[in-house]
Amino acid sequence: MSNKYIGQSVRRTEDKRYITGKGRYTDDIKLVGMTHASFVRSPYAHARVISIDLSAAQNMPGVVAIFTGDDIKATGIVGVPTGWQVNFKNGDTMKEPPHPLLIATGSTSKHIGDPVAVVIAETYAAAVDASEAVEVEWEELDAVTDPFKAAQEGAALVHADAPGNLAFDWELGNPLSEVDEAIAQSAHVTSLEFVNQRMIPNAIEPRAYIGHYEEHIDKYTLYTSTQNPHLIRLLMCAFVLGLPEHKVRVLGPDVGGGFGSKIFHYTEEALVTWASKQINRPIKWTETRSEAFMLDAHGRDHVTKAEMGFDADGNVQALRIKTYANLGAYLSTFAPAVPTYLHGTLLQGLYTTPKIHIDLCGMFTHTVAVDAYRGAGRPEATYLLERLMDLAALEMGKDPVQLRKQNFIPAFNGVSEPGYQTQVALQYDSGNYQGVLDRGVEMLGYENFRQMQREAAQNGKLLGVGFSTYVEACGIAPSAVVGALGARAGLYESAQVRVQPTGKVSVYSGSHSHGQGHETTFAQVVADKLGIPMEDVDIIHGDSDAVAFGMGTYGSRSLAVGGSAIVKSIEKVLEKGAKIAAHKLECAEGDLEYAEGKWTVKGTDQSVSFGDVALTAYVPHVYPQGLEPGLDFSSFYDPANFTYPFGCHIAVVEVDTETGKVTLKRFIAVDDVGNVVNPMIVDGQIHGGLAQGIGQALLEGAIYDENGQLINGSYMDYAMPRADDLPMFELDRQETPCPHNPLGVKGAGEAGCIGSTPAVVNAVIDALWSGGHPVKDIRMPLTPERVWRAMQS
Amino acid sequence: MISYEFDYTRPDTVEAALDLLDDDSKILAGGHSLIPALKLRLSAPGKLIDIARIPSLKGIKMDGNELVIGAAATHSDILESDLIKQHLPMFAEGAALIGDPMIRHKGTLGGSLAHADPSADWPAMVLAAEGTVVVQSKTGTRSISSDDFFTGFYSTALESGEIITEIRFPIPAEGTKMTYQKFVQPASRFAIVGCAALRHPDGTARVAFTGVADAPFRDTAVENAVGDWSEEALEAAVALTAQGMEFNVDHYASETYRHHLARVYCRKALKALLY
Repeated sequence: MSNKYIGQSVRRTEDKRYITGKGRYTDDIKLVGMTHASFVRSPYAHARVISIDLSAAQNMPGVVAIFTGDDIKATGIVGVPTGWQVNFKNGDTMKEPPHPLLIATGSTSKHIGDPVAVVIAETYAAAVDASEAVEVEWEELDAVTDPFKAAQEGAALVHADAPGNLAFDWELGNPLSEVDEAIAQSAHVTSLEFVNQRMIPNAIEPRAYIGHYEEHIDKYTLYTSTQNPHLIRLLMCAFVLGLPEHKVRVLGPDVGGGFGSKIFHYTEEALVTWASKQINRPIKWTETRSEAFMLDAHGRDHVTKAEMGFDADGNVQALRIKTYANLGAYLSTFAPAVPTYLHGTLLQGLYTTPKIHIDLCGMFTHTVAVDAYRGAGRPEATYLLERLMDLAALEMGKDPVQLRKQNFIPAFNGVSEPGYQTQVALQYDSGNYQGVLDRGVEMLGYENFRQMQREAAQNGKLLGVGFSTYVEACGIAPSAVVGALGARAGLYESAQVRVQPTGKVSVYSGSHSHGQGHETTFAQVVADKLGIPMEDVDIIHGDSDAVAFGMGTYGSRSLAVGGSAIVKSIEKVLEKGAKIAAHKLECAEGDLEYAEGKWTVKGTDQSVSFGDVALTAYVPHVYPQGLEPGLDFSSFYDPANFTYPFGCHIAVVEVDTETGKVTLKRFIAVDDVGNVVNPMIVDGQIHGGLAQGIGQALLEGAIYDENGQLINGSYMDYAMPRADDLPMFELDRQETPCPHNPLGVKGAGEAGCIGSTPAVVNAVIDALWSGGHPVKDIRMPLTPERVWRAMQS
Repeated sequence: MISYEFDYTRPDTVEAALDLLDDDSKILAGGHSLIPALKLRLSAPGKLIDIARIPSLKGIKMDGNELVIGAAATHSDILESDLIKQHLPMFAEGAALIGDPMIRHKGTLGGSLAHADPSADWPAMVLAAEGTVVVQSKTGTRSISSDDFFTGFYSTALESGEIITEIRFPIPAEGTKMTYQKFVQPASRFAIVGCAALRHPDGTARVAFTGVADAPFRDTAVENAVGDWSEEALEAAVALTAQGMEFNVDHYASETYRHHLARVYCRKALKALLY
């Protein structure tokens, strides 16, 4: 043990290769004999394939092979599955229509870009040229893209066997009759109908895959830009291609961001793997940016009506929600879980609301899949609650800070005080919500703000402040619990700590790192727990042949779950090391203490170093009887509960009354993510999350036209937040340890994205009320025109 | 994406470029509009003729009573030029609002004018500053007044076989004021609405817009209405903004809102010229 690294802003060791251009991404990998793939895609959101003519394409220079949906159908491969099952309210299994790798003749495309054939050629250019020469006859059909419209009578049908486009209906919480009653008896009901718009993840590295079948060893290798190599291997082998798992190696090399979109198993991954065997050569496919916009699973897309009832004193009495959640055309890997168990379960928020009910319809539409996107369900829940809270304060003439405080769940540490049991299934681990709000309000200088706001309004400038306090659920989660909720996999993590004979340490983690800084954070933990220099620790991830198993990186789970697995293995190393040390020092294990990288006989200066013990473990000449040689341990860690980070975000905006343009003047974030290993990395995670959350509020959002064409699928049209759209963030932290994992950590990857969006929108609404425009909602993103129109009414 | 196959040449002179120019070729300058079009396969020339480094097309200079900007001068060249700061400060102001540093170091004035994107910044400024576009073909050179240059949606008075070589501007008289005011589209950073305005010492004005309609245009109704530049006159002028135009519509601005913005940016521009 030492305290040298944990809590320090150690510079990220992985950055050297990233910022010098030496990262090795899938597209950087070139194999001997490698071919290139290009897909022939549907130009329509919904159209029947009448016929495919390959004759011209087959004779194009450099073409190696062309496969169509008919070829795939003939193999019996059905398609890619979803990893989560949600049941209808009546207990029926959700609708789970197949998601084929390629559309067969006679079948229909179900979103723009749905692939119908793949051309494999000697070069990428040849593949693209030939894919343009594939002639497909289409019969265009009506499409529906909006989840609410999809539920209406007469809407175009996505799947014949999913009537009303309903994948499932679902409810959670107290009995609806009790909630109806509580709403009816409320002194004030704040009601809000809104859209949580569809987001495009926009990882900087587009998806890229190389499938490589080697006949001489009968083994497949898939290089993939993924957040979870083992999960891809499991899904692809067991559910798509029927391959023997031990004959498939999945590598996730450097990955340029995912934000959720690279959790999922995509059809192209399975297709390049399968096709590689057909042509007996490696096949690379790297998507274009246009394809990334169209095809990487999107996020959010809820149409919601929410009502919050209060008594005359402003105490929340009930919450009633009706949501239509867009799932897209096919159910992606986690899609059914996101609007249900990652959203409905968070509707308690930080409040003591006694009665809560959510009724949700999971809708099929003619759009690409909607799945987890940074925050995955929790941003939607937070947006709903926090918009209601600020709006209720405005409507009731109460202060939004006071209104929150009077409704907060009181602080609880989860150790000497129990966790908090919500009305919506979860039990929060520990929390101190008023602490983060008080600190945020202090940083804001709230007592002066209202005066400034009044003065600004008199001078024709609209200032607004928006609050958002959130609690989220990370570190997904105990396998038994998620299994009961419909997960088709466990959600533990594995880690192997291999002490080399010289005392250097290789750690094999199932948590893939693609920007989060695991190689630094994990090494800090290992170095301190073993009392050795960080330089002596290497973190290895992203190779299914090297790492025992892994559930991957998402849901802000890596340190809480993956880090805890590492700690478990370290404990085993130290336990065995103590036996060897005791033998060397000729004392009882109980007489030893371990600190600063050595075992010392208590009260003496007799000691043996970690390195000596490691060497002895591998050169066991003088060695405890009966003890195995070696110093190498694996562990699987299955957490006892989710972790529940929380925080307070505050936005200050100025609205230009002439144009409606919103300028974000200040953004304050006080987050409590439990214990912190590397404050700089946590700040970086918060910064990135804030940018994405603010991006949703002000700039981003996919736009489909009536026919299901994506009309803003480029950086000329889809506005990503840039540095000059953002103020200098004002951050602070509170640390309430997680009571149930050995590091006391909760997770920080998504917090910024979860808390920030409603704070910004609330601030704009507040600004408009201060200018005499008492609007309830402006649809996100809050473009200047939308804000301007809100001020005209 | 990846473009269709094409040949690439980089001649050293305008004459050599003209010799290569035919119906199957495209002129490449900064490439910030052309290369994306090629990659999306919206444009499929057999040959690219790169003129960005032809020495005679570079540079910013005085020539008699005119200021001459080479067609291949980059946005950044213009932004940093002392001559521009002295005589056409609006151009430095406007250049700073184009894209980002990388774009400003690649994109060129001539390329922007030839491409004639309806939301590009330069056309409005060139119109307001009374620019003349000088073009060269195998048969000689001709000058096209900016008033006649922009003919419609992505279309200009340029004929096939012509290359823009320079843009000439009368040096504004002492006391001339000018400004470019832009409402930025947050994704592309092109103009949703841009207004360039110039006030001569005698009180006459030139006012031009970009982003508003299918082509940049001078708004003579506004110009004629500024009168004595009193507050009332300016408001009357603003009220006439873009009258009768067919407005661009996209997901950032409807017709109504774009017209409103044109008025707001017209007012901002005119008021910036008051003092």
